[in-house]
Amino acid sequence: MRFMLLFSRQGKLRLQKWYTATAERDKKKMVRELMQVVLARKPKMCSFLEWRDLKIVYKRYASLYFCCAVEEQDNELITLEVIHRFVELLDKYFGSVCELDIIFNFEKAYFILDEFLMGGEIQDTSKKSVLKAIEQADLLQEVSLNLKHKMA
Amino acid sequence: MPAPIRLRELIRTIRTARTQAEEREMIQKECAAIRSSFREEDNTYRCRNVAKLLYMHMLGYPAHFGQLECLKLIASQKFTDKRIGYLGAMLLLDERQDVHLLMTNCIKNDLNHSTQYVQGLSLCTLGCMGSSEMCRDLAGEVEKLLKTSNSYLRKKAALCAVHVIRKVPELMEMFLPATKNLLSEKNHGVLHTSVVLLTEMCERSPDMLSHFRKLVPQLVRILKNLIMSGYSPEHDVSGISDPFLQVRILRLLRILGKGDDDSSEAMNDILAQVATNTETSKNVGNAILYETVLTIMDIKSESGLRVLAINILGRFLLNNDKNIRYVALTSLLKTVQTDHNAVQRHRSTIVDCLKDLDVSIKRRAMELSFALVNGNNIRGMMKELLYFLDSCDPDFKADCASGIFLAAEKYAPSKRWHIDTVMRVLTTAGSYVRDDSVPNLIQLITNSVEMHAYTVQRLYKALLDDISQQPLVQVASWCIGEYGDLLVSGQCEEEEPIQVDALYALRPLIHNYFGGRTIVSDFMSQVSEDEVLDVLEGLLVSNLSTPVTRAYSLTAIMKLSTRFSSVNRIKKVVSIYGSSIDVELQQRAVEYNALFKKYDHMRPALLERMPIMEKTATNGPTDIAQTNGETDSTILDTKHLPSITQPASQANDLLDLLGGNDVVPVIQTTVPTKPASAGGELLDLLGDLSLTGGPTPTPAPSVPMSQPPFLLDGLSSQPIFNDIAAGIPPMTAYNKNGLKIEFTFERSNPSPNIAVITIHATNSTEADMTEFVFQAAVPKTFQLQLLSPSSNVVPALNQGSVTQVIRVLNPQKQQLRMRIKLTYTHKGSPVQDLAEVNNFPPQSWQ
Repeated sequence: MRFMLLFSRQGKLRLQKWYTATAERDKKKMVRELMQVVLARKPKMCSFLEWRDLKIVYKRYASLYFCCAVEEQDNELITLEVIHRFVELLDKYFGSVCELDIIFNFEKAYFILDEFLMGGEIQDTSKKSVLKAIEQADLLQEVSLNLKHKMA
Repeated sequence: MPAPIRLRELIRTIRTARTQAEEREMIQKECAAIRSSFREEDNTYRCRNVAKLLYMHMLGYPAHFGQLECLKLIASQKFTDKRIGYLGAMLLLDERQDVHLLMTNCIKNDLNHSTQYVQGLSLCTLGCMGSSEMCRDLAGEVEKLLKTSNSYLRKKAALCAVHVIRKVPELMEMFLPATKNLLSEKNHGVLHTSVVLLTEMCERSPDMLSHFRKLVPQLVRILKNLIMSGYSPEHDVSGISDPFLQVRILRLLRILGKGDDDSSEAMNDILAQVATNTETSKNVGNAILYETVLTIMDIKSESGLRVLAINILGRFLLNNDKNIRYVALTSLLKTVQTDHNAVQRHRSTIVDCLKDLDVSIKRRAMELSFALVNGNNIRGMMKELLYFLDSCDPDFKADCASGIFLAAEKYAPSKRWHIDTVMRVLTTAGSYVRDDSVPNLIQLITNSVEMHAYTVQRLYKALLDDISQQPLVQVASWCIGEYGDLLVSGQCEEEEPIQVDALYALRPLIHNYFGGRTIVSDFMSQVSEDEVLDVLEGLLVSNLSTPVTRAYSLTAIMKLSTRFSSVNRIKKVVSIYGSSIDVELQQRAVEYNALFKKYDHMRPALLERMPIMEKTATNGPTDIAQTNGETDSTILDTKHLPSITQPASQANDLLDLLGGNDVVPVIQTTVPTKPASAGGELLDLLGDLSLTGGPTPTPAPSVPMSQPPFLLDGLSSQPIFNDIAAGIPPMTAYNKNGLKIEFTFERSNPSPNIAVITIHATNSTEADMTEFVFQAAVPKTFQLQLLSPSSNVVPALNQGSVTQVIRVLNPQKQQLRMRIKLTYTHKGSPVQDLAEVNNFPPQSWQ
């Protein structure tokens, strides 16, 4: 996977994860372009499209578009499953996730994503395992904060 | 300093902004606050500030001043800080900034941290955005972690290693020992990431590939366990056990089995098992099947398995889910070359997909359809493809039209069908057809000799309907120019074309065109010459016609001058365009005028019917351009060949003057019997007229088709008598008894074999020389043409001169020699004289 984007129907970017080194200017351009292309798609169309030299796999969940750019040799159908797994993780974590959760807790969304994927590949295929790791890390964060207060 | 506002607070505030300007203002204010906070080196709130900065960065605002702060956060001992710090590093930093190298030490320390979650953070950051330098420095640490027994860290280390290898391929060797027992892990996370790592290594290095082939049995075993094992809640997705791992293993097997018989053999069974046992009701199952099919097609699988794979794809095509159909079409496209017959079986389904709503599916279906066309199914397929051409999006039309032409070329069952198909394409998608198809079509039409009449009639009919589609108009006007006589004589069957849609046949053909004249042309009733000329002239004046089309029609009109009787009308049209603003048209018109006036005797030969053109290999537009280029040069080569093979023995023979063949007969002999077979020969002859590449576009354009092709492009821009002539000095050929004859020379640039000599005869005596006749003879290797003199009285006392043009063809470039005979009456007595002219300047014949 080259990158993953989350954006709303209004074209507002909610999350962007780039797995290749790209200049800031190019990133912005690509995001803008891709958003345009995907938002123009009609509901009945298939979830795959060609864009530049990449394959784009996208799926809409409520008001959010989840959009991944994969390479020629990647399996598009399984990418759809990857997207779905990510949504499930968010859902489990936030409890019936909605766009607002991701807006107000974007850093947590990133943490979950980084626990699930690395370099564009899945780290762990077990939902339970990923969620447990996040949970533990959150606990660690709590502890360190409490410690700080104690010390203050 | 009050505590900086919390992240959520900021987000809420910014979201209340009603306009972009308001938002910008809030952001700027907050940025200023953050900046001053950074300046104060405030450790407590740094984390919060960076988090806010990251939010603003996501909205699109600059956040580079936070980069160093991220580094400070990473260096902090607090986990919260580290978390945000690393996130910030991944979002704000990349290998372009020098700052990122400062991270290396922090990451190194964190890779050895006591808490696995910190280690995880650093591994993740390195694995996502580590630059080559960082990777080089830290590869050792990663390798160490790859060998740890902690599966949480091991899986992350594996993916980090993948990134390291991508950045610094030379380090791949380093990770080899650690891969030894990766696959014996039970943990699916480790298994999955290990397979990814192995895949990466095998893809990059053939040595690694051969080394890892021995893992095939182990991989097969793992896959088997996954399929056969019962329900495992942890890894289950819609009833399938760990599909992600299955897909990855299948992909690795593909790479390992490619080109290797033994490995392929070992996987046959498991592949068959996966293919038959996987549930296809949900997307997951289909994802696995898809990967299986890809693997089967790539390795050396037995034919039964391949057929199974294609059948799976065929089933996919019938699936309701369009994603699956899309994927099937893509895969079929890849396999159609190798397993053509198997794919043929699904042809009808594929053709149905042409009617799908989705653009990507349509495109793939179109490509696949073209790949499946063969001699047997051409008629049926073409029907579908033509229907598709009618209704598809404009972006497709060019490709579809080209594809149809190619297919028709290869598999046309009959010439008539071919022409009908071509016509159909021109009329439905005429404006999208590629420019280079025009000469191809012209060639096709020329070569179908028996279809000329039919073709020209259909094209004429099409022109009456619609003159907006330029390629159609161009081909039509060319044909009318060539075969106008057939059109007017009405000799043709009037059947409706065979390959036609019922709707198309019923189209009413009653139209108005300029001037409100109606033509009912359902059947080819007698078309008059005037009507044809009306149409062609209409093209000339219509503002739908491009300059190229206008040029075509002017030439066509000109050609009709030898086929039609209404020559005067044609002359008029041609002369009008002599003053056209369009330089191209003007030039043509002027030259055609010249053809009418000075060279009328050549006109029939020049404008004769085109012979059958050499068939060039048609592999596609670019190939056509190339092969045409080749034929062009071969034509030019053959032109020169005859002159070389002529005997050179007659160099010194001079003709017997007195035998009366002083004037060697005229150029007609050098007009080849196929006048315009290669415009080259014509041009050779008439080079100095600077006629362009024949009145017809040649079959071998070696210049881009945006203009009508000229074989001698340079020629068209030259004046009739070129500048080089000025360089040849005139000479006095004869000077006796008061009669002086001077020769002046012109030679045309591209055809230097022709020298045009103008003689000027002047009389310095007091009496006129009347009945002046100048005759000349040349050696046999030359050919001579003597044009009419300006008068036969040379006035006395140099008051005037008689001029006469001699044209000498000197293909062997031999030294020019001439014998001249002069007869005239001077002061009542006849005078006769013979002379030899040897002192021709070298430039006149070299």
